[in-house]
Amino acid sequence: MSSDQDHLKETDTEARFEFKKDENAAVKSDKGLTEEVIRMISEDKDEPDWMLERRLRALEQYQNMPMPSDWPGMPDLSELDVEEIIPYIRPDVDKREGVDDWTELPDDIKDTFDKLGIPEAEKNALSGVGAQYESEVVYQNMQEQWEEKGVIFCNMDKAVQEHPELVKEHFMTTCVPPSDNKFAALHGAVWSGGSFVYVPEDVTVEMPVQAYFRMNSEGMGQFEHTLIIAEEGSEVHYIEGCSAPKYGTHNLHSGGVEVFVGEDAHVQYSTVQNWSKNTFNLNTKRAICEAGGTMEWVSGSMGSKATMLYPCTILKGRGATDTHITIAFAGEGQDIDTGAKVYHNAPDTSSTIESKSISKDGGRTNYRGLVHIADGAENSSTAVECDALMFDNESTSDTMPYMEIEESKVDVAHEATVGKIGDEDIFYLQSRGLDDDDAKKMIVAGFIEPITEELPIEYAVELNRLIELEMEGSLG
Amino acid sequence: MARLELSNLHAEVAEGDEKILEGVDLEVESGEIHALMGPNGSGKSTTAKVIAGHPAYEVTEGEVLLHLEDEEFGEDIEIDEDQRTWNLLDLEPNERAALGIFLGFQYPAEIEGVTMTNFLRTALNAKIEEREELFEDEDGEDEDEEDEGFESSPMEGPADEGEVGVAEFQQILQEKMEQLDMDEKFAQRYLNAGFSGGEKKQNEVLQAAILEPSVAVLDEIDSGLDIDRLQDVSEGINALRDEQGTGILQITHYQRILDYVEPDHVHVMLDGQIAKSGGPELAEKLEDKGYDWVREDVYGTA
Repeated sequence: MSSDQDHLKETDTEARFEFKKDENAAVKSDKGLTEEVIRMISEDKDEPDWMLERRLRALEQYQNMPMPSDWPGMPDLSELDVEEIIPYIRPDVDKREGVDDWTELPDDIKDTFDKLGIPEAEKNALSGVGAQYESEVVYQNMQEQWEEKGVIFCNMDKAVQEHPELVKEHFMTTCVPPSDNKFAALHGAVWSGGSFVYVPEDVTVEMPVQAYFRMNSEGMGQFEHTLIIAEEGSEVHYIEGCSAPKYGTHNLHSGGVEVFVGEDAHVQYSTVQNWSKNTFNLNTKRAICEAGGTMEWVSGSMGSKATMLYPCTILKGRGATDTHITIAFAGEGQDIDTGAKVYHNAPDTSSTIESKSISKDGGRTNYRGLVHIADGAENSSTAVECDALMFDNESTSDTMPYMEIEESKVDVAHEATVGKIGDEDIFYLQSRGLDDDDAKKMIVAGFIEPITEELPIEYAVELNRLIELEMEGSLG
Repeated sequence: MARLELSNLHAEVAEGDEKILEGVDLEVESGEIHALMGPNGSGKSTTAKVIAGHPAYEVTEGEVLLHLEDEEFGEDIEIDEDQRTWNLLDLEPNERAALGIFLGFQYPAEIEGVTMTNFLRTALNAKIEEREELFEDEDGEDEDEEDEGFESSPMEGPADEGEVGVAEFQQILQEKMEQLDMDEKFAQRYLNAGFSGGEKKQNEVLQAAILEPSVAVLDEIDSGLDIDRLQDVSEGINALRDEQGTGILQITHYQRILDYVEPDHVHVMLDGQIAKSGGPELAEKLEDKGYDWVREDVYGTA
């Protein structure tokens, strides 16, 4: 047994997520969203003017857009008061761009990520790791072999300084413009931290690069931006984990993810998120996929009070492919509204969406999906499968698949199943010696197996443990 | 030796008053094969499910007792006097399993995403752990037993003390599957998912072989089997008895399986009761004459 597994075994997962640290802030913004706050963030980051201008324009767009309200069955956001959220906290680390030596981190931050198992994960075959604490990436490391091949993995703030041309061209322009939705605009105004990944032509990064985001302070917002550019013929797997302890006031997480998949390139973006149950998790994630490119989204959404998240792929070039695998878990008082969007804008494109949800103790999950096949996108195909598993009669699960098909030469399949966790299945496992709880855990572990098999082993183990804890109701 | 004893067992459907068992008396000892026969609706499957603790049935009267002897738990273990007899009706299904009751299902559940290997190893370890809990008071000296040196797959969790590790389990599984002439691919397939009827039945016997129950109740394990598969399954059942000393309660409609699994005792169930018991010759007579003569014999002219 390796030391990594020892670590996973010995550390109590519940304690790992629920501990809180005293605030460690060098710079902390005021609450709410004003031009002063935006200027202060930008100044603290020594940003070039063009970025400040983008922020201010996004702020204006945010202020002019109404909150989403007319979606059927959308989660209740009435308790979310953006004016009460602290949008920016820079922890007290020596270098603004973070450190590349783990031992240089302040003890409390190091301890946080140690508890979350981040350095352990890095040791175990990752190409690079970034760790964000509050608003800033505090640790970033990339194996030399990749740097030599021209791969860039750094935090977004550093990318703005060091790779301005790449960022200028791709940052919230064609993929996720601030005008996309209210929270994309919010994100454009106050974004901070996140990851920048650039993979040059024909380079395959064999091991995943990983980023971990941790929100520690009460009442804060985390707005990390992830920008992935995979040039023609390249390949990369980016994997992200998130968590936050629970406080009395609400936290807001509103991340932005933009992925550019070049011709014949292959990007996998995997995420396991476990927000505290008072977090509003409202994100915009999108990929643009050129001819022959492949985009894969793998996401496990857990925790949060309400999640609205619909990773989107635009299949722009002929023969581009998209895969979505998502899992959502909603317990008491939680509303996880998640799904996928795919635009087939070119011929011979294909997409697969596999969505699984589990609801328990009155929780609600919703699959909200959109597949659009444009006129002229001949010989395209899509297959959507939604499976919902419910633990009891109080829990609910909805499926809202939208299909907009403007081309007749296409292949479209949709399949949905909804079921209560089967008494006969439980009895079968009990008759073999498993107690009631273990039987349910085993059924759920099997249900999410398509997700776990796509993830590196540490994340798969983590996801399984998180779900076990959710089922015991022992996570705050 | 273990002995399963049903006495005056009455049961009905838990939600509703439909009476199904109306006083069943039956005894199965380890090493014996009993055939329980009878027409549809006579209560055979209900008897099996009540023994295993299915929540859909409520026992209104009677007892299901399991008597254990020392050798049930290995040669060196002595079972306390007050732990030799258990009233199964007080126990959860998994506790009954831990004490050595196995139910072979007519329609086993299909569990997607759970490999046979993972499932069976989990079940085996759950049984070991539950036994320790049930016999906590007198079993203390055995807790020092260690299970060293077995590598564990992280997906299935590391082996704790006393657990069967992955490598050790692979060996057990492979051996049992070979005995049952099962393709080794089964080990990585999902539990019963997409299995043919015959494969499912074979899988039930495999599970019994691995969990080593004292008493196995096999509910129509012969239904839906072609002749080759019937022989494989029958060999597996005979091996359970011959190699592990398992007591078998074989529920069946047909004489067919009894050509291969020769019963020591045959019982005919009618209207929720054992109407007639006898030796193997009783099954042959049923094959020739059906169940009506039993009915006449028992109720008809009386």
